[in-house]
Amino acid sequence: MSLDEAEVRHVARLARLALPDEEIAALAPQLSAILAYAEQVREVAADEVEPTTHPLGLTDVLRADVRTPSTERDAILAGAPDPEEGRFAVPRIVDDETGGAS
Amino acid sequence: MSALVGATAVELAGRMARGETSAREVVDAHLDAIEAHDATLGAFLAVTGESARAHADDVDRRRRGGEALGPLAGVPLALKDVLTMRGAPTTCGSRMLEGWVPPYDSTVVERLRAADVVILGKTNMDEFAMGSSTENSAFHPTRNPWDLERVPGGSSGGSAAAVAAGLAPLAIGTDTGGSIRQPAAFCGIVGGKPTYGTVSRHGLVAFASSLDQAGPLAGTVEDTALLHAVIAGHDPRDSTSNPDDPADVVERLTDGVSGLTVGVVRELSGEGYEPGVAAAFAGALERLERLGARIEEVSLPHAPYGLPAYYLVAPSEASSNLARFDGVRYGLRVDAPTAEEMNAATRAAGFGPEVRRRIMIGTHALSSGYYDAYYLQASRVRTLIARDFAAAFERIDVLVSPTAPTVAFPLGDKASDPLAMYLNDVATVPASLAGVPALSVPAGLAEPVGGGDPLPVGLQLMAALGRDDLAYRVAWAFEQDLAFDRHPRGARAMAVGS
Amino acid sequence: MNPLPEGWELVVGLEVHVELSTASKMWCGCSTEFGGEPNTNVCPVCTGQPGALPVANARAVHDAILLGLALDGTIAPRCRFHRKNYFYPDLAKNYQISQYDVPLVSDGHLDVELEVDGRREVRRVGIERLHMEEDTGKSVHLGATGRLHGADRSLIDYNRSGVPLLEIVSRPDVRDPETAQAYLRELQGIVRSLEVSDARMEEGSIRCDANVSVRRHGEPLGTRCEIKNLNSVRSLGRAIRAEAERQVALIEAGGEVVMETRHWDEEAGVTRTLRRKETVTDYRYFPDPDLVELVTTPERIAEVRAELPELPSATRARLVAAGAAPDQANALVTGGLVEVLDAAVADGAPTASAVNWLVGDVTGRLSALGLEIGASGLTGAHLAALIGLVEAGTLSTAMARQVLDVLLEERGTRGPSDIARERGLEQVSDAGALEGVVAAVVADDPASVAAVRAGNERAIGALMGKVMRETGGRADPRVVNELLRAAIAATEDDA
Repeated sequence: MSLDEAEVRHVARLARLALPDEEIAALAPQLSAILAYAEQVREVAADEVEPTTHPLGLTDVLRADVRTPSTERDAILAGAPDPEEGRFAVPRIVDDETGGAS
Repeated sequence: MSALVGATAVELAGRMARGETSAREVVDAHLDAIEAHDATLGAFLAVTGESARAHADDVDRRRRGGEALGPLAGVPLALKDVLTMRGAPTTCGSRMLEGWVPPYDSTVVERLRAADVVILGKTNMDEFAMGSSTENSAFHPTRNPWDLERVPGGSSGGSAAAVAAGLAPLAIGTDTGGSIRQPAAFCGIVGGKPTYGTVSRHGLVAFASSLDQAGPLAGTVEDTALLHAVIAGHDPRDSTSNPDDPADVVERLTDGVSGLTVGVVRELSGEGYEPGVAAAFAGALERLERLGARIEEVSLPHAPYGLPAYYLVAPSEASSNLARFDGVRYGLRVDAPTAEEMNAATRAAGFGPEVRRRIMIGTHALSSGYYDAYYLQASRVRTLIARDFAAAFERIDVLVSPTAPTVAFPLGDKASDPLAMYLNDVATVPASLAGVPALSVPAGLAEPVGGGDPLPVGLQLMAALGRDDLAYRVAWAFEQDLAFDRHPRGARAMAVGS
Repeated sequence: MNPLPEGWELVVGLEVHVELSTASKMWCGCSTEFGGEPNTNVCPVCTGQPGALPVANARAVHDAILLGLALDGTIAPRCRFHRKNYFYPDLAKNYQISQYDVPLVSDGHLDVELEVDGRREVRRVGIERLHMEEDTGKSVHLGATGRLHGADRSLIDYNRSGVPLLEIVSRPDVRDPETAQAYLRELQGIVRSLEVSDARMEEGSIRCDANVSVRRHGEPLGTRCEIKNLNSVRSLGRAIRAEAERQVALIEAGGEVVMETRHWDEEAGVTRTLRRKETVTDYRYFPDPDLVELVTTPERIAEVRAELPELPSATRARLVAAGAAPDQANALVTGGLVEVLDAAVADGAPTASAVNWLVGDVTGRLSALGLEIGASGLTGAHLAALIGLVEAGTLSTAMARQVLDVLLEERGTRGPSDIARERGLEQVSDAGALEGVVAAVVADDPASVAAVRAGNERAIGALMGKVMRETGGRADPRVVNELLRAAIAATEDDA
């Protein structure tokens, strides 16, 4: 499988990376080569093989519903690029795509 | 008094316990060595001298007060800069996090402190642990103490180089696909990736959550095992932490290999492995046999699919784990008129080329229409590899292979060819995908392809899930017999201490 | 009920989000308390700090199973959490931990009761799935409008980030706005009876989106639009109606409905395009590697099932059987008054009067005061005592209402007897205490006495009025009536 520049651009948009045209152009053959190599995984493992997403297969790791102290607001905001009124400021949000849980 | 710098952790601990030196003297000696040599080596990103000295003084005070201290109390350590520590910046080798001081301690740091291991500073690494040479650090490369024109391996290259050069007797690295073992091999030291779930990931900035494990690096197997014992253990703050007691890697460390079966993984040698590496590996097998181990050839038929699977699973997880770096809550922000443009500009500027590349691969591998063929299929391959290991460990105690197909390569050698760089992980990723424990221990020196002074070769030892102790036991017996001189030497080496 | 012109059918599916009222968040120990100062209930986990890891809240999982069982759903023996990847500033990790291919609960249903043409009718709405996820932070948009559009910048508060959410997705079984409203109300009632959420729409602890489409009878499903910003049960009904009418008008004019998300404008009473869905967002779901599988055994299910309280439908049936009218039963359940009713009855109040008081006077006063029953201080014991005082003749109904006013004003800090006594509201029924007044009134108004004696029954009213004036209205009319007649009869005897 190879990726053309339009596909690379689409992926960069999904990954929210503002990549210049030269990098898009350079990435297309690089990603294609890596994916071509990675595609070997299709040579084995039939559909009935259960996927492994966790090496130990632990289940039901839960915590009791108990409150623990929150972090000082100042400590959380200390690393913020633009704190304002105890909150994290961002420039105008254009994409109202997915505000709020959906 | 013999030199403090270059001594093992056990030697230093013994001298401190006997009152021949103090933690403060030991820490000062190492801070001085860092001051003198790290400008050349580039192993550290930050040195936390003040807190290290304060901690050392506290250890000395408590020792004088008759308090019973742990076996590594007062011993200095270099911490990979991917683990959070309150009061010191954590950069992950990235511009993205420049200036971020984590508001909390990682569990690894908590456990080190509780054992009175003194943290000297944060070590250099490939950005977000993505790389095999430490050249992907956004700040500077780290040099291999055996040959300053060569890489120390990666991504825990700063930690491995610091130990090899004697700037710290102990170090913590993290291993996702070989990032502890391969630099340990390249730098002629010991490094271990514990069984997945043994060391808490709380405070370990994630690269690939289902693979990441922090682990120890040190000059000897015993030091490595002692450090492993300090950081291993269940942590309720990490859902993937193993609730069972970890294997005791110290208790039977010196029991020897007699009666154990060592399996040679057929698929992890031969083509693609440098002749010098192959020769050192063959010598290692002879040695193990002579020491009383039964040697058998074993096939892990799906091991060759490990690397392709790894380069789908790890970037997929990374693409999601690294989404949080967006210029909103911490770290770098590149201003732009809208939030979306600010995110995209920040991420393009803050991540280096290799991180961007892996985010792109992972995003594509998870995207609609490709998920089944890439991520899901790779996860199935993971099952096959885990089954291969499980089958082998039914009759084999420890599996062995070279740690890496090459010795340390020259700086810049593979920088332009990502796939060539990835191939250096070919022997280490199968154990990562299966979650099994794996160590790298020096197996001697080999002349690099193209000539030059001999460089270290690593022997990889892998054991069944939860049997880290077996890998350590074989490694210790092997190390004792080989009597490898771990101090870098050669025309382009940087030797500190001894 | 079908609001559409002849030949058209409305098809609605509902997506409801319920914020669980656990003490701590879904993945960390931060408080879920509503209304704190911005970014005070936060920690490395819920602000997505590097290296922070989630650990699932056992109570939230329990509550999800409980609600799943209340909805008669199938609990997945094994399921996982997935990451839903999208970038948004209020989403701290830029992915939401949710569930994907295998939700915790599937294939449930909810029966709702509606009044159709004067008859009560039960409608079943299928529930496709119920899954667990986490809430996002909140953005305040700065700029002229205070809304997203036209804002210069936004400020993010992560206090709500990571609060456990259940998403309940119905099948497209709803055919009219009233059923949609009844479904939401019923779900609200169930969630409250299980005590898993306070389900307040105004605080956003229950939220509802509606997928609306129309079709001509017999035709396949039409293109649907998702309606957001439904802030009350009322707006849900209005929005569905308005959207359905818009779609029918569009199609009848030869247009085509476009798959999109639309925003309900409460003031204008119309829906407006929020975003087009022609490119489906690629969320790149994959199993969250920071979390492990959830296994729910049949034993565990049985354990949780045993905790199920009486559900609203069963409560309504029980109340009707006890003599309440169906709409009274409904009002008691939706008003959350059943607990007080049961307690009052247990304390000796007759069911009928307790029901009447609660549905009538209590409900009216609570709504005037903007109070929930739980915050009002009124207990079953209070209500039983109040009814007892009326029945004993100690209070007239009018006085009892005054006592109730005071009781609610004081949020139940004192009981009805204390209030009545302190305010001097107790009815005087003691004949001995009233005889003197009655005798004086009779002696003072021979004309009325004569009129009564002459057979003019109405004249006794004047005498009654005088007695009441003299006693400040506290005299028991029944006793006064008897005393007056006796006194008048006595004057006759004298004559």
